Amino acid sequence: MGTGRKRRLHFSKIYSFKCGRNRFDDDHSQIGGPGFSRVVYCNETGVAEAASQSYADNYVRSTKYTPMTFLPKSLFEQFRRVANFYFLVTGILSFTKLAPYSAVSAILPLIVVIGATMVKEGIEDWQRQKQDYEVNNRKVKVHRGGGVFESREWKNLRVGDVVKVVKDEFFPADLLILSSSYEDAVCYVETMNLDGETNLKLKQSLEATSTIHDDSDFNHFKATVKCEDPNASLYTFVGTMEYQEQQYALSPQQLLLRDSKLRNTDYIYGAVIFTGHDTKVIQNSTEAPSKRSGIERRTDRIIYFLFFILFLMAFLGSVYFGVVTKRDLDGDRQRRWYLGPDRSDIFFDPKRAPAAAVYHFLTALLLYGYLIPISLYVSIEIVKVLQTIFINNDIHMYYEEADKPAHARTSNLTEELGQIDTILSDKTGTLTCNSMEFIKCSVAGTAYGRGVTEVERAMAKRTGSPLIVNGRDQLLDDHNDEDSTLSVKGYNFEDERVTNGYWFHEPHSDVIQKFFRLLAICHTAIPDLDEETGKVTYEAESPDEAAFVIAARELGFEFYKRTQTTVSFMELDPVSKKRVERTYELLNVLEFNSARKRMSVIVRDEDGKLLLLCKGADSVMFDRLAKNGREFEESTKEHVNEYADAGLRTLILAYRELNEEEYKEFNEKFTEAKNSVSADRDELIDQATEEIEKDLILLGATAVEDKLQKGVPECIDKLAQAGIKIWVLTGDKMETAINIGFACSLLRQGMKQIIITLESPEIIAAEKDGDKNVISKVSKESVKKQILAGKAQLTASTSDPFALIIDGKSLAYALHDDIKSTFLELAVGCASVICCRSSPKQKALVTRLVKEGTGKTTLAIGDGANDVGMLQEADIGVGISGVEGMQAVMSSDIAIAQFRFLERLLLVHGHWCYRRISSMICYFFYKNIVFGTTVFLYEAYASFSGQPAYNDWYLSLYNVFFTSLPAIALGVFDQDVSARFCLKFPLLYQEGVQNTLFRWRRIFGWMLNGLVSGVIIFFLCTRALDPESYRKNGKTAGMEVVGATIYTCVVWVANCQMALAVSYFTLIQHVFIWGGIILWYLFLLAYGAMPTSISTTAYNVFVETLAPAPSYWVVTLFVVIAALVPYFCYKAVQMRFFPAYHGMIQWIRYEGNTDDPEYVNMVRQRSIRTTTVGYTARSIARDNNLYHLNLELQAPK
Amino acid sequence: MDASTRTRSNSNKPKYSRFTQQELPAWKPILTPKWVITSFVIIAILFTPTGLLCLWASEHVVEIIDRYDDDCLPDSYSTNPDLYIQSRSTNKTCVRTLKVPRKMTAPIFIYYQLDNFYQNHRRYVKSRSDKQLRDPDEADETEDCKPQDHLSGNDDEPIVPCGLVAWSLFNDTYKFFKGNKAIDIDKKNIAWESDKKYKFGSNVYPKNFQKGGLIGGGELDDTKPLSEQEDLIVWMKTAALPSFRKLYGKINTNLEANETITVVIQNNYNTYEFGGEKKVALSTANWIGGKNDFLGISFLATGGVCFFVAVSFILLYVLKPRPLGDPTHLSWNRNQAAQ
Repeated sequence: MGTGRKRRLHFSKIYSFKCGRNRFDDDHSQIGGPGFSRVVYCNETGVAEAASQSYADNYVRSTKYTPMTFLPKSLFEQFRRVANFYFLVTGILSFTKLAPYSAVSAILPLIVVIGATMVKEGIEDWQRQKQDYEVNNRKVKVHRGGGVFESREWKNLRVGDVVKVVKDEFFPADLLILSSSYEDAVCYVETMNLDGETNLKLKQSLEATSTIHDDSDFNHFKATVKCEDPNASLYTFVGTMEYQEQQYALSPQQLLLRDSKLRNTDYIYGAVIFTGHDTKVIQNSTEAPSKRSGIERRTDRIIYFLFFILFLMAFLGSVYFGVVTKRDLDGDRQRRWYLGPDRSDIFFDPKRAPAAAVYHFLTALLLYGYLIPISLYVSIEIVKVLQTIFINNDIHMYYEEADKPAHARTSNLTEELGQIDTILSDKTGTLTCNSMEFIKCSVAGTAYGRGVTEVERAMAKRTGSPLIVNGRDQLLDDHNDEDSTLSVKGYNFEDERVTNGYWFHEPHSDVIQKFFRLLAICHTAIPDLDEETGKVTYEAESPDEAAFVIAARELGFEFYKRTQTTVSFMELDPVSKKRVERTYELLNVLEFNSARKRMSVIVRDEDGKLLLLCKGADSVMFDRLAKNGREFEESTKEHVNEYADAGLRTLILAYRELNEEEYKEFNEKFTEAKNSVSADRDELIDQATEEIEKDLILLGATAVEDKLQKGVPECIDKLAQAGIKIWVLTGDKMETAINIGFACSLLRQGMKQIIITLESPEIIAAEKDGDKNVISKVSKESVKKQILAGKAQLTASTSDPFALIIDGKSLAYALHDDIKSTFLELAVGCASVICCRSSPKQKALVTRLVKEGTGKTTLAIGDGANDVGMLQEADIGVGISGVEGMQAVMSSDIAIAQFRFLERLLLVHGHWCYRRISSMICYFFYKNIVFGTTVFLYEAYASFSGQPAYNDWYLSLYNVFFTSLPAIALGVFDQDVSARFCLKFPLLYQEGVQNTLFRWRRIFGWMLNGLVSGVIIFFLCTRALDPESYRKNGKTAGMEVVGATIYTCVVWVANCQMALAVSYFTLIQHVFIWGGIILWYLFLLAYGAMPTSISTTAYNVFVETLAPAPSYWVVTLFVVIAALVPYFCYKAVQMRFFPAYHGMIQWIRYEGNTDDPEYVNMVRQRSIRTTTVGYTARSIARDNNLYHLNLELQAPK
Repeated sequence: MDASTRTRSNSNKPKYSRFTQQELPAWKPILTPKWVITSFVIIAILFTPTGLLCLWASEHVVEIIDRYDDDCLPDSYSTNPDLYIQSRSTNKTCVRTLKVPRKMTAPIFIYYQLDNFYQNHRRYVKSRSDKQLRDPDEADETEDCKPQDHLSGNDDEPIVPCGLVAWSLFNDTYKFFKGNKAIDIDKKNIAWESDKKYKFGSNVYPKNFQKGGLIGGGELDDTKPLSEQEDLIVWMKTAALPSFRKLYGKINTNLEANETITVVIQNNYNTYEFGGEKKVALSTANWIGGKNDFLGISFLATGGVCFFVAVSFILLYVLKPRPLGDPTHLSWNRNQAAQ
């Protein structure tokens, strides 16, 4: 509480733009009208009026189902799938006389399949329910009455309740802030969960209620709030409060949103306005777009194709059936008299043959349904869930420091991970750490700072020259550097000329002093003094700003205290060598925004001098310098360019002295602008500041390094070798983006850069004119011209690598409908693409353009709220579960902790999952076609009457029991090559990108294989058993013997085919494959042992008729081998003479040639082309260039 | 929230196990020349003797088949076989002589063989009542048997056994003579035990059988329970394909080579209507069953093919000893080349 008292500052005063007091404007007249009908009686829980309100309670449900709706809703979801619907229809039809089999046997597999999916849905929903329970049962202090607050669960909160939320707690509902621990009733709110922004937002209550500071004060507190109805807009709120018979206007400034967090404030009191599903955040939560993978879409198409085949088979069969049925009755003459054609029911009546044929068509549809793999979808789902478990449990994708493993949030996209063609990556927080380090500065035209940036290191690597800094070879010190990471986060400044107070001996020590003072004063950070250790930490709006304040502190200008009107820092007095306290009076803060690109503070120093301290981007700052302030301009500009080359963020620091009149004039204008209520208020403020932020005197420039995340260059190198294109979409300025590009090896020397920008003189001229139409027209023309020129360059030379760099402004035009395809062609032709200064929306649009324009699979990776659109738009969104809030993770499909894990996620898991799923689906079609073929061929021998040779239960259990488990095992465990080889031969990944394992040729190949196997099985079995006796006792084989024999062969062949296709036999594979066969025999035994009324034709069939007959076993052996020989031949030839890429790697592994460089290189061939990016490609390109370079050097000049 | 989850489980670090890290010990076979050639050679080695064994066994089976449906039709009816077969007054007796080619050792099985007879037609297969056959109390269970369910129009008189299968019971009879001496035909145990025991009741007697307007095939002895009517049981075990044999009986004496056997056939069964064929067959059986060259020949053929394939592979491997696999044919390289 002590610190709270101390901190009772009117921080609201230092903010100019954000913190305007409210005024009644047009919106408030609508209150009470439609859309603005909500009335909240605060603190009147017992009152009848309040009780009569029927606003939603505060229970939040994120589950898809409730116990009541689970059954109907999930069933509905299930039967929306064509295949499932088909099986539902056949299930219903199987109760009629049309059915060729018994209803129970037809329904049971459907129940199993649907049941399994529903159980999965149920478990998932139950987990959500658990989360809900946790959230809804969090406790908050609620006013019970009589000034007493009690703990209550969130879910029991009612509209109108007064709650007390303490520091670092989440707000349980949308609250109206009444007062806070600060005197002026402000509070800081972290809205990371809402918009991903890490900076704190300031909220403030009405002045009228700000005086309530004690629990007991609420005994008599009463207020009535009238406001808008629940809506999804996070940044608007319109309402009025009636308090002590006064009307006050309410604005978003008073609204604390659910899911945001109270920070830096000890407590607040608030009245509940919106609860539960009425809250803005919940209203805002949209269903994530449901994504389906390309493989699944293709699977659907195959299913449709199979349906077509099924209908065709049924149709042909029906026609034939109709014809032969009609022939059965020839006038009075009955041909097949034993069928009783004269007294037949409609299904077989020769007199009504067409009708019989139509009915038969339905029967045939039921019978040939075995072509459609009923368990395919559920198997895919099970497999994918298991695959995600593997991803989640991968120890190599666990980030120790953040204690975060990979987390696949959706399970339905695993195989897409193996097919990524383009990665669209955010930069900040994804490629870089989003931790800024103050590393260099240029003061008074002298460059300071000897730290080595990643980029410099990368460049040094590239040129191969040793990098000597401070007498050490930095390259050799690489490893040490990793360990000796800065003792101070955000600070990596090393220069003996400046540190430890030595700056005083520098020539321009006065400038240096001003420079660091500016860093210590000109910011909006809030110090947090740890009273025990005396250490100061800072809460800053951005990491850059924190880096500045920290740098100032480390260099002896320790900012430690901020009041509403003063900024205090400790300074080492160069003369007395003592730490002295300096307190500046803070007059105004002119905040940073993206339009102004600068921020200033106006302060009065201890001598009473008025100073305007300003820092900003070079593009705006150099224009604002005074004539006499340009002393160091040239050298500073030079340094700034150098810094940008090294991938650093730069800011220009300048100051100006003000005289009293000038300030007075400004302040009046500024205050007036601040208090103005008109729409152009911001413009007025801008104007006011514009006039004072001029005639500045340049001090110098800062350079802050945006640290690359660990392993990023290596990861990009691997991904590039895998043939994946990497686009960087960043909000940063072009220079920074390009430099990060260099650091990541996305760009390299010798790469031709096609830069599309609107910074050309004519555009700037047009902009000065200000006619919007003209500007857009000219800009568009210019962009178009540049794109076409780029394309021309591209076509002129195909072997050179190109890089496309485009800025946000140009991008806006490039994404216009008429030129976007040209733009895409250009971009696809380039080895690297960097879009800088792009807005979140543009990121999403670019993603969509790539996805739809190329038709390839895209992956977007990002960490911030500004990447959400991109993540949702891409085929797969990968969120970095880093520091920038959870928004990106929440909208991603897979969350990983570090960019570098992408390598393993794609090259290993992606490749495996893709391979597994596609192989599994192919196998599913195979096994069903084998079975369907035998059913169909038998029909041809039964005059298409719809009689299967198999017992009903053989039919229905085929898919579910005897053949599905090995397929699932294939889908979960198969590995063509081990993880090590996946990473060693990244080009293997192209199998997925090119979709070689699931192209039509392969699918139809498997179908053909199924057909061949089916035909072989059927004819060999029937010919071998017919018509002779098949046993020593002379008895002949009836339908049940033939049926069981064919079925045995089908089960054997399907499982052995699996054994041939699998390249990775663990114990599990053995158990499932051989288990499937054993299961069939066990089933035959068990089923045959049941009473005849259940087992019907299968009664004792194995024990009595099959097992004792040697010919049964001989036939099985023969048929199984004969049916597999064609595939075996094909595979043997293919594996040896036309191996696919994974085949080659298998050979390498098998022959132990992994260390034979020649061999390995041959297999790796083309994994690096001239257009490949990444450092390996870069070093190769460099070697080639060096050769040419040497030739040039040797030539006389 | 973070803190609470962290305290619950100290770390989110996945536990290491060979299973979760997908590093289970596994056998990773690839089709090396050794494997391929070995497999084909093994198949060839396995199949050739098996095929020879099957052929040998098949060769030892002696089989006599005689088609008699056309020959037993008197010339005067040749244009109108329906009249002949449907009439009760025509003489259906037909005498055929068979020559025994080689010695046939007992038991010699007598089969009748029907061709183009769709016992596997769905209407036919379903037209039976297993309940009725099993249990005398279920005689009324004739739902599936239409039109052979009740005596015409009388619901109280169910037919036992009902349905088209039973109704169309094969009713040609054979008598065998060696010279003038009749050969005993053993008609016992021609049906499967489980059928006799569990599917056809020992206390179910035929009732109203073949008493309807239209008589299909054979009649049954009303005094014998169904479980003893083995001809019916054999007949009702529906055949899988439209051409089938069924066991008629057994001869328990040897037949010597070149003996002449006379068969006296009562040609009752109507195959003329649907253009079927009737044959009588005498056959011995051994472990492979009846005469079946197909299996042996297919074994030999497959074995031969495998041997051939094995040889071709050996040649291929010798000619191209270390074909690394040319990466240029990979699809992505093709695309690149095409550009």
